[in-house]
Amino acid sequence: MRDSEDMDFLRPMTWEDALAAKAAHPGALPVQGGTDVMVEINFDVRRPEALLDLNPVRELAEWDAVDGRLRVGAGVPYVRVIAELGDRLPGLAQASRTVGSPQIRNRGTVGGNLGAASPAGDSHPPLLAGGAEIEVESAARGVRMIPAADFYTGVKRNALEPDELVRAFWTRPAAGPQYFSKIGTRNAMVIAVCSFAIALHPGERRVGTGVGSAAPTPRRAAAAEEFLSAELDWEGRGPLPDSVARRFGDLVREAAAPIDDVRGTADYRRHALAVMARRTLAWAWNDHRAGTAGKEAS
Amino acid sequence: MRVNLTVNGSKETVDDVWEGESLLYMLRERMGLPGSKNACEQGECGSCTVYLDGVPACSCLVAAGQAEGREVRTVEGLAEGSTGAGDQRLDPVQEAFVEAGAVQCGFCTPGLVVQSHDLIERVPDPSDAEIREALAGNLCRCTGYEKILDAVRLAARRKAAAR
Repeated sequence: MRDSEDMDFLRPMTWEDALAAKAAHPGALPVQGGTDVMVEINFDVRRPEALLDLNPVRELAEWDAVDGRLRVGAGVPYVRVIAELGDRLPGLAQASRTVGSPQIRNRGTVGGNLGAASPAGDSHPPLLAGGAEIEVESAARGVRMIPAADFYTGVKRNALEPDELVRAFWTRPAAGPQYFSKIGTRNAMVIAVCSFAIALHPGERRVGTGVGSAAPTPRRAAAAEEFLSAELDWEGRGPLPDSVARRFGDLVREAAAPIDDVRGTADYRRHALAVMARRTLAWAWNDHRAGTAGKEAS
Repeated sequence: MRVNLTVNGSKETVDDVWEGESLLYMLRERMGLPGSKNACEQGECGSCTVYLDGVPACSCLVAAGQAEGREVRTVEGLAEGSTGAGDQRLDPVQEAFVEAGAVQCGFCTPGLVVQSHDLIERVPDPSDAEIREALAGNLCRCTGYEKILDAVRLAARRKAAAR
């Protein structure tokens, strides 16, 4: 191995020290579970000036309920999102269950997913559908809250400034059904060919969506949300008209801007998105009609 | 850099660790513990699985420096008596892998043994679905997995009987 190569290993023990380290070394690459970062290091794809190990920063691995919202630290691994938050964040928990393998879910974090900002990251669609906000911080300018929809700025690019770190994400506990669906070649160890998340917000008569791995960034299907929010029979809880489900699927498909790549073609991705949108809507609407949340397909 | 950690119950100090190297590399190449295998280096195959503070992880995706001050348990540390001198007795999971014929080329075995060991610790009587889910991140290209499932069921029975 390349013992001679120059790289620092920064190991702050507190959040304040982590922010100071990032300010002093803007080129340092934060590492949490390592499930993305170490792949790039092992394969020589990336050689940052320093690794900034955030594992010792204990508060990042905590979550809390604050004023009716959940604040989930950037270092909470997927296994704990599933076990501890699955009832309150069913869409994110479903997505978390599809991440890698047990070993990967033991280490990987939503914070890491946000840092990597891959269009295929599994946590992004449910964060978008649930209207999450990302709490980022720098030593110089303090805290910024960034809506998830504004956080992803390009392929593997996010809204973080070089001196900023992701502290947590904020989201409301589910007030209605949430579902996540993902296409891949097997159930484990799969990077999404494409993925879709839906969240019903019955109190606001609003629908949230998130489209994954089908555009340069994860994104909402805004026109689909608007259409469906107006069409659904929120109070009467009547059956879902087939024409509405179909139109919703079409609008989700139109929101995507996929490419052909090794995992699938653009055409296939568009088709699959329309199917997943209709399917997850049917699950969610059936739950809403039955007065339950997140019962099916979990 | 220097890394201090506990490996299989023994406090160790490792010098001249490259800042970007993995825990797997440090274990295999600097600490004489080649049990954890290096195959994919991207978390796909599970053959490098070790316990990190009691939680199974792909050691190829843990930076060596992240193990500072922490406890690592590798496949070498599963057998009874493996942390000290004297006779060693294989863990029931290891015995079951041998008896059930769950080992062919053997390359995936250490990772599967550690991951199965963790499953049975957490879920003493796992269903087939739970076994398959627990081992979903461990690839074997020889056995077709059936003998491995047999081994895990056998190990779970043995451990339950011994309790």
